[in-house]
Amino acid sequence: MFRKLTLTAAMALGLVASQSMAAGDAEVIDYDFSFEGMFGSFDQMQLQRGLQVYTEICSACHGLEYLAFRNLSDEGGPALPEDQMRAYAEFYEVFDPALFDGEGDFRTATPADHFPSSGVANAPDLTLMAKARAGFHGPYGTGLAQLFKGMGGAEYIASILSGYADEPQCALDMEIPMDGFYNTAFPNGGYPEECKYEDGSHKYPGSWIAMSQPLWGDDIEFADGHSAELEDIAMDVSAFLMWTAEPKMMARKQAGLTGVIFLTLLTVLLYLTNKRLWAPHKGKDH
Amino acid sequence: MGGIPHDHYEPKSDMEKALHKRLPIVGLMYDTLMIPTPKNLNWMWIWGIVLTFTLVLQIVTGIVLVMHYTPHVDLAFSSVEHIMRNVNGGAMIRYFHMNGASLFFLAVYMHMFRSLYYGSYKAPREVTWIIGMLMYLLMMGTAFMGYVLPWGQMSFHGTAVITGLFGAIPFIGDSIQTWLLGASAVGQPALNRFFSLHYLLPFVLLGLTVLHIWAFHTTGNNNPTGVEVRRTSKEDAEKDTLPFWPYFVIKDLFALGIILVLFMAVVGFMPNYLGHPDNYIPANALVTPSHIVPEWYFLPFYAILRAFDGEVWLVMLVEWLSFGIIDAKFFGVLAMFGAIAVMALAPWLDTSRVRSGRYRPQFKWWFWLLVIDFIVLMWVGAMPAEGIYPYIALIASTYWFAYFLVILPLLGVIEKPDTPPATIEEDFNAHYPAKTSGDAVQTPAE
Repeated sequence: MFRKLTLTAAMALGLVASQSMAAGDAEVIDYDFSFEGMFGSFDQMQLQRGLQVYTEICSACHGLEYLAFRNLSDEGGPALPEDQMRAYAEFYEVFDPALFDGEGDFRTATPADHFPSSGVANAPDLTLMAKARAGFHGPYGTGLAQLFKGMGGAEYIASILSGYADEPQCALDMEIPMDGFYNTAFPNGGYPEECKYEDGSHKYPGSWIAMSQPLWGDDIEFADGHSAELEDIAMDVSAFLMWTAEPKMMARKQAGLTGVIFLTLLTVLLYLTNKRLWAPHKGKDH
Repeated sequence: MGGIPHDHYEPKSDMEKALHKRLPIVGLMYDTLMIPTPKNLNWMWIWGIVLTFTLVLQIVTGIVLVMHYTPHVDLAFSSVEHIMRNVNGGAMIRYFHMNGASLFFLAVYMHMFRSLYYGSYKAPREVTWIIGMLMYLLMMGTAFMGYVLPWGQMSFHGTAVITGLFGAIPFIGDSIQTWLLGASAVGQPALNRFFSLHYLLPFVLLGLTVLHIWAFHTTGNNNPTGVEVRRTSKEDAEKDTLPFWPYFVIKDLFALGIILVLFMAVVGFMPNYLGHPDNYIPANALVTPSHIVPEWYFLPFYAILRAFDGEVWLVMLVEWLSFGIIDAKFFGVLAMFGAIAVMALAPWLDTSRVRSGRYRPQFKWWFWLLVIDFIVLMWVGAMPAEGIYPYIALIASTYWFAYFLVILPLLGVIEKPDTPPATIEEDFNAHYPAKTSGDAVQTPAE
């Protein structure tokens, strides 16, 4: 009977996982990333492409303040060769408060320095964005979607980047146009009354986001000639941001797998020990 | 230790005798480890070991985390990222600690519902139960304060909400809230003191663990039949029990192994599943998250807190009777703490002569309804307080109180319980019939 309780409680554990950002419905596409699942790993080439997208486009407004340039050479990441990483860091200038007799001055960045923080006031830092957003929710607060699809942070970012669409007619008819840009994947932005049903539910997915469309497709040229279509570069930069948020993901999965295997082995041995130990008391042969 | 007759430690060599005369520590360890344990304990009796293990895991990982953490409002968030990125094994240690809290609460809820089903809280084990409830309260306090430390959005605004509960106390609430936070709002003083207490309380918990074990070693373990071990003679006691070492140590370790496989899988493959994404956003007093949701293990009591709003007639009545001193907010706070208090009073509210729920045909139904009720509360606690959810929360909260305050006292009077077996041995042999009577106590060959 208590086995049943164990089961129900374990389910409850899954059932109540965080429920967040409900607001309006938004369309987050379940992209197929290489790092998903127990054995999934980052695609080094994709991370390097994503770094290029970030550098050429996103970095104009958004920072990566928790990431150091040296991290670009880390194993399990973009793994740039060290000379490339050093050369990359030298593109940046950082403010060093120790310089100029303690008054501080700008100098060329070294591998130990962090990426700059966001240069535009309302542009959030992107280092942790892939963990600070959940792409999937529910259903009905059960958390099952996240159990099967993952948290969906990277999917959320890719969906936002490729989710810009023409404003629906109801918004175009308004006398004062909406601030921002219509995005089918953005859940928490402004939403015009004119586009709601009488019960307050939304006619169209998503809402209005302050950021103008950053990626259009073919706005990047990759050295290896890889496709730069909108969806591809959106996925590349999302994968890169998943890595900036969780740089130790591959080491973690490796540790998880090793741990599960060894603990399973230990548990089997304990099972056999336990069985043998108790056999004479349970009236069984051993 | 303990009222069950059994062999005690006998020092053999001169060294042992000399030490035993001066400090009987070996004897204490021997008696603790060799304590006669009912041999019919089932798999729900493993959670105590899981809890002890988890407490040690949390203390060990926590001590390492403290070596790299900075309790300052401007640095706390980035020091956690420093742990995740630059400290050797830091990401794993932090994920162990973070998910360790979930394992801790899963185990404690299992442990508590086991006690509720098998009547472990009843005489003579009330002291064990009360110490256990104190430990549960301490766990909640410790977990809450630990959640503040990463200084993310949910840390910050969760703290504001929870300490705000104390602000609901009439007349002195505001002073208490200010005293708790060390300031009029959540900030540096709160972070510093929560850090200090988050380090201290686990050691208090460790001390209470010793008392908890001491208490039930004195009364002896309960068991699925609820029938006491025979204390008439050592021979009788030995028919009902086996020593804790090696029988239950190995059994418990096997169960712990299974749980750790699952735990390792969660930590390795989905460490953020039980957390809230908003806590990866640095705390910002000016931006409030759209839904402030506590961690899953607080949800049942959070649901009870929210269930009693100003729309409930009982709340309105109490507010009117108390001349507005007990308003809806304070009523909710009282309900939340009351929900735990009624559970603590279970030993005196349960009037049944039969201890184990196994022999109480009606009790079983009400008990399983309570388990479902707990899960419903957990679920509804995570839902927004709008639409149908407040009604579900209210019904579920009412059942929680009804179970302890009405059903437990009444059932003992109206229920006709089955007859439990006369001895533990009888129950055990019914499950594992011995080939011959002599075989049952034979030691392993080889």
